[in-house]
Amino acid sequence: MSEVAARKAEIRALAEAARDKKAAYGPDLDLSAFNAAKDAESVESLEALDKQMKEVALGVGIDASEEGRSGSYFQVDRSPIYQRVTEMYGGKLEIMSTKEAVELYPDLMYEQYYWRAVAPDKDKYTALVALQETEGYFIRVLPGQKIDKPIQACLFVSENNITQNVHNVIVMEEGSEATVITGCTIHPKVREGLHAGISEFYIRKGAKLTFTMIHNWAEDFDVRPRTAIVLEEDATYVNNYVLMKPVKSIQSFPVAKLEGDRSRAVFNSIVYGLEDSYIDIGSESIMEGSGSRSEAIARTVSRDRSIVYSRGRLIGRTNDCKAHLDCRGMVQSAESTQWAIPDLASEGAPGAELSHEAAISPIAAEEIFYLMSRGVPKDEAVSMITRGFLDLEIPGLPPALRRQIDKALEETAKDSM
Amino acid sequence: MSVDSTAPLLQVEGLHVSVGDREILRGVDLVIAEGETHVLLGPNGGGKTTLLNTIVGLPGYRITAGRILFKGTDLAGLEIDERARLGIGVAFQRPPAVRGIKLKQLIQVAGGDSFDEGAMADVIGELTLERMIDRDVNMGFSGGEMKRSEMAQLLAQAPDLTLFDEPESGVDLDNIAVVGGAMTRLLKAERVGKGTRSGLIVTHTGHILEYVNADIGHVLYNGKLACKGNPRDLIGEIGKHGYDKCVECAICQR
Repeated sequence: MSEVAARKAEIRALAEAARDKKAAYGPDLDLSAFNAAKDAESVESLEALDKQMKEVALGVGIDASEEGRSGSYFQVDRSPIYQRVTEMYGGKLEIMSTKEAVELYPDLMYEQYYWRAVAPDKDKYTALVALQETEGYFIRVLPGQKIDKPIQACLFVSENNITQNVHNVIVMEEGSEATVITGCTIHPKVREGLHAGISEFYIRKGAKLTFTMIHNWAEDFDVRPRTAIVLEEDATYVNNYVLMKPVKSIQSFPVAKLEGDRSRAVFNSIVYGLEDSYIDIGSESIMEGSGSRSEAIARTVSRDRSIVYSRGRLIGRTNDCKAHLDCRGMVQSAESTQWAIPDLASEGAPGAELSHEAAISPIAAEEIFYLMSRGVPKDEAVSMITRGFLDLEIPGLPPALRRQIDKALEETAKDSM
Repeated sequence: MSVDSTAPLLQVEGLHVSVGDREILRGVDLVIAEGETHVLLGPNGGGKTTLLNTIVGLPGYRITAGRILFKGTDLAGLEIDERARLGIGVAFQRPPAVRGIKLKQLIQVAGGDSFDEGAMADVIGELTLERMIDRDVNMGFSGGEMKRSEMAQLLAQAPDLTLFDEPESGVDLDNIAVVGGAMTRLLKAERVGKGTRSGLIVTHTGHILEYVNADIGHVLYNGKLACKGNPRDLIGEIGKHGYDKCVECAICQR
């Protein structure tokens, strides 16, 4: 048996054994309640998508005109329906489905990238993806290439009550730089369903990846991403996460493994808990490389009956690593719950400097009165302050995306009035 | 809300105000006509800020007797923002910092739709806000910066009556002249067809009067307006004899 075949069998065996393994956090889901995803038809251009889909995609940062984008990947349910590298970026980056990448580079994928950062037997959701994978994207930026326009990837669910089990791989070769915007969303007609997503990112020596993910789901939709990032020497990873709409439940806890010296990971999260959303998000940074640094900033607002967990784990395993966690929550409803859970560990690294700042507070009445004294009605004052609280100044965020987030904040504020 | 153009701008009648169980104001009568600037002097804890906050409409200040009329309208039951839109502005002594709201944004909000870029540039220049304008409002501002920020918002808001709570507190000498200049501009600006503006300045020390002209002074003592007169004379008298003696002194015109 070849090495690839052996590894395939191993992944399968691990996944089979973990079929019913509950996740460490978040409500447990009955996976038998969901149907398998169906095929969708390919399109020649994103402009050919129907108007409603284009609008929904735009809400998560995906521009059908592809203006200001270096490349696009668009997946509907189980099918990659569109993938393209803009002409001027030809030879600088590759975009394809993960399945194609596994066919094209079987040895490389199985040996280095595919199920190497995330374990197939982590829990029942990783097992689900391993056993019933429905594509996902593969993005590779070639050595030394600085891709100045964002790459966009959309994972779209169009049918009710299916599971979309994607597996995404990003490889940033030595000295490369890129921004990837991933928008995950559903068709307005979809109510229930599950999005399970494996993401494995490999950032080589001196490379930099800015990864921005915008999620728009619905009241009855469940989401279970499983993400790991491996950083080599002088590599940088910036993760921006935005959730502004209701969801039934989401549980996500990406892990950055800072293996290389002077590697750096930053996690920024903006979360707006609405209605009955159960949101359990966080990040973990494991610092092994000498001089590695990490920073995690989360801003969470909870309204209605939402439950929000904001976790952050920093693990120092080398003497001169340094990391800081900053999670602030604002509770705006008597029926909502928020947890801020900072978690720091120094493992055999007496020189590690780890710190955190966690706070949960109400919206300050005196700030509301202050704005009112300038003639602003109370409801507008509340939404201005909420927007301000969630307005993380995320360095390196493309202006188009900034406008997108502002728009989402504005719309959400309007809805909540 | 009906506006009576013949009524005095502000009319406070027999006002009693309690904070919690404690009565702070015990029968205050005060009339401010259009174009007048009044000064409210008095010892700490005498009720100066209580009077201002009650006019502004902040919660926690309970009127147990009397009323406040502004342009002939009883302010009872009006929200803070409704009072602001009616023409009442306030410069707070210690305004709160608001994370994520830039000073520029708040000036724009205060100024409304008619406040254009030229007007913004003018206010920024007048109060030398260049380095503060894109910062979160009052976040890490020094005392002087805070007061300049308040003045900028008020210049944009252009209220008919501006209430100033201790405009000189925590401000160094350089800034006090700038703040005083902005106050003068706020109070003296003539607006075609709109009459002149009025002010009520709360001051503990009276220093700000070296930079702003005021017409009438009052001493608020033990919850009542105990004395009325020329502001400079009153300050002179208080400086010599203290508040206790001042309330019985000869220069009082009450």
